[in-house]
Amino acid sequence: MSSTEIDRQWTTRLRHRLTRRLPPEKVLPDTQPAYVASWIYVFGVTTLSALGVVILSGFILALKGPQWWHVSGVGHFVNSLHLWSVEIFFFAMVIHLWSKYFMAAWRGGRSLTWVTGVVTFLVSIATAFTGYVSQTNFDSQWISTQAKDGINSTGVGSFFNVLNFGQMLMWHIVLLPLVAVLLTALHVVMVRAKGVVPPFEDKPSEEKLLREKEEAR
Amino acid sequence: MSESPDVKVAPWTGPQRPYDILKEGTIALVVVAILTIGLAIVFSSPDDPQVTVQQWSTKAPIDFAQTALSELNGTSGTAQYGAPYNTASPGQKLGPFTLAKWLGATIPVNTVRDFVIDPLTDQPPTPTLSAALAQWKGAGAGQRTAWLDAYTKASSKMTFANGTVSVPTTAAGPVPVMINSLEQMARSGALDQALVTQSGFYTSNYTLPLLFLADGSYLGDLAQQRHLLGSQWGMMNETGSYPGQAWLWLYTFWYQIPPFSTSTNADVEVSAVMALLSVLLLLVPFIPGLRSIPRWTRVYRLIWRDHYRSQSA
Ligand code: HEM
Repeated sequence: MSSTEIDRQWTTRLRHRLTRRLPPEKVLPDTQPAYVASWIYVFGVTTLSALGVVILSGFILALKGPQWWHVSGVGHFVNSLHLWSVEIFFFAMVIHLWSKYFMAAWRGGRSLTWVTGVVTFLVSIATAFTGYVSQTNFDSQWISTQAKDGINSTGVGSFFNVLNFGQMLMWHIVLLPLVAVLLTALHVVMVRAKGVVPPFEDKPSEEKLLREKEEAR
Repeated sequence: MSESPDVKVAPWTGPQRPYDILKEGTIALVVVAILTIGLAIVFSSPDDPQVTVQQWSTKAPIDFAQTALSELNGTSGTAQYGAPYNTASPGQKLGPFTLAKWLGATIPVNTVRDFVIDPLTDQPPTPTLSAALAQWKGAGAGQRTAWLDAYTKASSKMTFANGTVSVPTTAAGPVPVMINSLEQMARSGALDQALVTQSGFYTSNYTLPLLFLADGSYLGDLAQQRHLLGSQWGMMNETGSYPGQAWLWLYTFWYQIPPFSTSTNADVEVSAVMALLSVLLLLVPFIPGLRSIPRWTRVYRLIWRDHYRSQSA
């Protein structure tokens, strides 16, 4: 086999691409640019951590099935963990979103990072909603019978039946979390590949120019 | 490629500083986990028990019987819904578009058959009920309407005493027996079962009992006591004083203001507005003006305060 033949293989090409785009020092960096020093950067990793706690508490609820938490003190506590990690997740995500907006963090070829972020946000809302209607209690009865009108009015209700508990539970514990986690992974990988966006290059302020002039004199 | 400063940025050539990304991540995870456990211990989570048709017909027997009548005479919310349950109405319109109608009645619900006749037919037969059902099934549409009209007219004087629903009319044919039998069935808990087992033994689909419950006033009254109505920003709330789906605030907001608060097509209009806003959010990096607001407002000077301070030093 000639080396050009090897170079043209799909596998080889994918490996080359990955090693070029994601070298180990980018995936697991040991330094960051000096400007990465603001408390606002905490919210991305907080969102990620909260997602981890959401998934973990969801796993424990799944072990015992959807009705366990009504009849068990431990189950109710795990449900509380699930609820509060979701609240932290959304709180952190919304601050993360607005901070990335005001940093214009899509600059320098990072628009896809923004786009995956927004899609993850929307998918997370759908995931939380299907969770609320899968609670098998008064809340799920009321929320589903209310929400059906909004969803039916768009025609989506023809195939997404919020009154069908089995269907909603499947969406909540399989389909939507899978998409949310995959999108999040993609999002974080893109951030690592591109590096953290640099600040706007502000022209030196008038004060500074004045000061420099004074110093020169 | 645009040269706008809202799109481009020169790669950083300035100084780097040590940063242990794994350590930071681990610390964040531990802090979030502890915070979650703390919140769960202090605030727990709400779990108001589910409402059953049995409970509804026991606590509010007249409301249940009136709702059963509305399913029979075709005046209930479900009976007049349109898609996806039936074709009784064209549904909501977005301008000239009737989206729901186009996608069709894919979850067919016939309120007379599904909520009244089928459950009653599944009951162990009694002579009175069997006779009433035979009379109903043997009658033509005109005769049924005449019976229902007579019952409906007298239904404002409906009473419930000694476990029996009564309406002062003798012209309603089998309808009084049917409504009363359904009431008994509901109060025994059998209707809860009948509504979910129409497709067999296993069930995970609660479309029928939820629609039936939502057609009555009982569920809404309970929700109102818990401040969960749409006019009370209910979509985003949950029982108790919990934050609920606070992230739906914008969606819920539109329902509170004109033209949506008075529109008969509010649901589809609000959905369209939210879809449009979501697309705008998605495309922010590509929309001139929207993507320049961060540069104009200069909030970033605050975020990267240390950076700009060190630059001007
Ligand atoms: C599941 C939800 C999300 C998770 C777990 C997540 C996580 C992260 C993390 C860990 C980072 C790197 C650290 C940082 O800059 O904070 C990041 C960066 C970023 N995120 Fe998210 N994010 C999520 C949702 C969003 C949303 C909703 C948006 C915006 C609409 C967004 C836009 C961005 C952008 C543009 C960057 C690049 C920042 C830069 O280069 O400085 N993310 N995200």
